[in-house]
Amino acid sequence: MSSLAETHRRYGPSAFGDDLRRFWSLTLTLATTEFKLRYFGSVLGYFWSLVRPLLFFGVLYAFFTVVLNLGKGVPHYPVYLLTSIVMWTYFTETTGGCVQCLLAREGLLRKMRFPRLVVPLSVALTAAFNLAANFVAVLAFALASGVTPSWSWLELLPIVLLLAALAVGVGTLLSALYVRFRDVQPIWEVVVQALFYGSPIIYVAAQYASRGGARLQHVALTFNPLATLFTQSGHAFIGGSHFPTAADAAGGTRPPADPLAIVVGTFALGLWVFHREAPRIAERL
Amino acid sequence: MTSTTSQPATPAAARRPSATPAVVVHHVDKAFKLPHQQYHTLKERALHPFRSNTFDVLQAVDDVTFEVAEGEFFGIVGRNGSGKSTLLKCLAGIYDVDAGDLHVRGRLSPFIELGVGFNMDLTARDNVMINAIMLGLTRQQARERFDDIIAFAELEDFLDLKLKNYSSGMTVRLAFSVAIQVDAEVLLIDEVLAVGDASFQQKCFAEFHRLKDEGRTILFVTHDMSAVERFCDRAMLIEKGRMVDIGEPAAIARRYNEINFRRAIPHLDGPGGEERFGDRAAEIVNVWFEDPDSVHVTELGHGQVGFVCLEASFREDVEDPVFGFVLRNEAGTAVFASTTDLLHGPTGGFAAGERVVARMRFENWLVAGTYRVTPSIARPGLGADAIDLRADVAELVVHGWFPTGGVTNLPHGFEVERS
Repeated sequence: MSSLAETHRRYGPSAFGDDLRRFWSLTLTLATTEFKLRYFGSVLGYFWSLVRPLLFFGVLYAFFTVVLNLGKGVPHYPVYLLTSIVMWTYFTETTGGCVQCLLAREGLLRKMRFPRLVVPLSVALTAAFNLAANFVAVLAFALASGVTPSWSWLELLPIVLLLAALAVGVGTLLSALYVRFRDVQPIWEVVVQALFYGSPIIYVAAQYASRGGARLQHVALTFNPLATLFTQSGHAFIGGSHFPTAADAAGGTRPPADPLAIVVGTFALGLWVFHREAPRIAERL
Repeated sequence: MTSTTSQPATPAAARRPSATPAVVVHHVDKAFKLPHQQYHTLKERALHPFRSNTFDVLQAVDDVTFEVAEGEFFGIVGRNGSGKSTLLKCLAGIYDVDAGDLHVRGRLSPFIELGVGFNMDLTARDNVMINAIMLGLTRQQARERFDDIIAFAELEDFLDLKLKNYSSGMTVRLAFSVAIQVDAEVLLIDEVLAVGDASFQQKCFAEFHRLKDEGRTILFVTHDMSAVERFCDRAMLIEKGRMVDIGEPAAIARRYNEINFRRAIPHLDGPGGEERFGDRAAEIVNVWFEDPDSVHVTELGHGQVGFVCLEASFREDVEDPVFGFVLRNEAGTAVFASTTDLLHGPTGGFAAGERVVARMRFENWLVAGTYRVTPSIARPGLGADAIDLRADVAELVVHGWFPTGGVTNLPHGFEVERS
């Protein structure tokens, strides 16, 4: 504390603040509070964070495999469906939550000095807690349905990190833009719908190609980083001929460098825009 | 001018003599753009690409420069909309300034609104931790100070109660307690004390004094002049974003009252709706207040001598009319009433067409507030036979520094003797 007193500092609000420990502490506090409150007052409490994705998954599974028979001929299709849904949920929860997060925290933003980036990051962190809980359900289901554990499962870690980077990039961008343009919300809702069907979630990338959509699939896997991440996670988690690497699924001619660049670029763009907008967020809300 | 000579109690304050400013504000500007019409959607922007560029610029803070020494209790006063809260928010690091420099030395605790971020669905225990971290403590520090916070708020028995079951007073106590335990070197206080009850306010001020004695710096935004005069070492008056005056609290309070109440006008002869009784054998044509120099006033300092006056014009001959005045406070309570019948005796005969001025001299022991006068002329007797009575026709603003618990401050003193 005494070291703080030694220096003059300028007191404008910023995205990152000047104390990383406080930044992290605040993010964690907001995120855990939000997580605590989510199932507050319900009988099952935290148990819901495990049960909810399983129930949601059950509905999709029943519809797409039993009614539509989509996963026919794909071994462990239900495991893939569950994995990709869990990752998809993380992405939409983060980005969707970020859109209005600054408005929701208006009271704090207008009355207190703290790093502005804490607000969208805490949304991403709350979603990450849910993702962790959901992955427990995924693991249990995968083992129960006979997927053999392998070292390639470790590859899920960088995949999830890239997913988080993408979600945070998009989330911070949306939250900063929403302060100026309230149109961001309906637009993003539509984009999310498009992304849901444009990404291999309820279908498997390889299966899509086999129906003559190779060209489209190449485009999807090149320009939609979610498609790349889901496909690659299928390969790492389940493997086998039905779940090729994202590179192979995209045509195998070159490594999926473009989606990686998109992820890193989106992350950087989101943070940069947010950083630029941060000093004026409180007065523009 | 400043009284930073109080003995600093903490090593931190002792190490740093009061010469170094704790807060430096150097030619700070802050403007808000107020669009004539808010364009919030892309379509509107696309349809009216140029119109959206028209906006008013509200210069909320205009070239303000001042310094606050370490350990000083500094008041910032101004009317609503004068820019004092914007200035405070710039100091608190919530708004970015447009131009100029602004430095705050050390940790700062803003008392801009208490209990920001309190969540009604969580227990007091959780809320204290969250709020303490929001205000700048680490988790470790928050845990260490938890007991002190609860003790100060006197809420030991309600720790695990959800906040929504707290009374508003308890919530404020808790919030204040957290904010005060953050151990900031600089405190920004924005009229938060308006919320608590009297004893809580007293406790808050006592706490501010303790902190000041420890060498903390306090910036206090208010329009309560009595508080400024009682607590501040120095004060600044801000009007329309510009600094008007800076100096002794008493002088600043006077300037504030001048600016604030100069434009207050008595609403005599206002449009209908006025309560008026009487047979109109005489008419009250004018009512005003004046000072001992016979200058018309609309405000009067506490403890000063003033006159309330009425001018009447007689239409008929009246024998010994009784002139009277009733003063009512904002709550409508008659705080004082008197008539010539009580103190003056018979007033004599008046002929039709005669004009008369009746004055009542009084020592102003009313507490600060707005008072309205009801003048009356009545026939001799019990005063029930009104000739003319006009309810609440003129207004007087009383400003003063001595807040007692009642509607008046009787001249008084205490003696305590051991028997």
